[in-house]
Amino acid sequence: MTAATPASADLIVSALVVLGGAFALIGSWGLVRLPSLMERLHGPTKATTLGLGAMLVGSVVWFQLAEGVWTTHELLVSVFLFVTAPISANMIAKVHLHRLRQGEVSEGAGPAGTPGPPPGSADWATHEAPHEGTPGDFAGD
Amino acid sequence: MIAYALAFGFAALGVALALNLWRLFKGPGVADRILALDTMVINVIGIIVLTGIASGSGTSFEAALLLAMVGFVGTVSYAKFLLRGDIIE
Repeated sequence: MTAATPASADLIVSALVVLGGAFALIGSWGLVRLPSLMERLHGPTKATTLGLGAMLVGSVVWFQLAEGVWTTHELLVSVFLFVTAPISANMIAKVHLHRLRQGEVSEGAGPAGTPGPPPGSADWATHEAPHEGTPGDFAGD
Repeated sequence: MIAYALAFGFAALGVALALNLWRLFKGPGVADRILALDTMVINVIGIIVLTGIASGSGTSFEAALLLAMVGFVGTVSYAKFLLRGDIIE
């Protein structure tokens, strides 16, 4: 920390860091507190987008106002996190649905209950090989 | 003031990591444990970013970027293994 920090940088970065820490804490508290996995998925997304986003913006502002340099690494990190967070949440939800349909009794179904079977001969995601005509199933084309 | 804000941020992220660890041990399902690990990676990235602000050096952001990538690949491979029984088909 430099001694000649502008007061505005101090104020803005302090507010952003406190906001980010608070959102990270709230997200993890939701992960502990909420009753089923589909609801628990909801908590950490706040920690990812708002919490880490605020901290990364605070870091950009800090390095610009206090050190006088523009850093772009934070923007790279935030863009990467914003792109990947929905993908990993989708994968975790698919694992949850898959294990519910396999009859894993340890998992709570959540407010929506156990998912019904998909229409026709389709399937959500199983250990089986892809069905005939599934997009991406190049061997069956 | 930034020193107090950073202290609050570190404390909040530490408590958040402890809560994630509790969820990691408690479960009850495998998906909960994957979600807890994913959230732990997010919180550790936050700690690295705050360390970068506290130390005033920009060298820690490569570590944050690497951790973001490795955490995402790890989560997706756990999920793919549970869904398909294989990671790369």
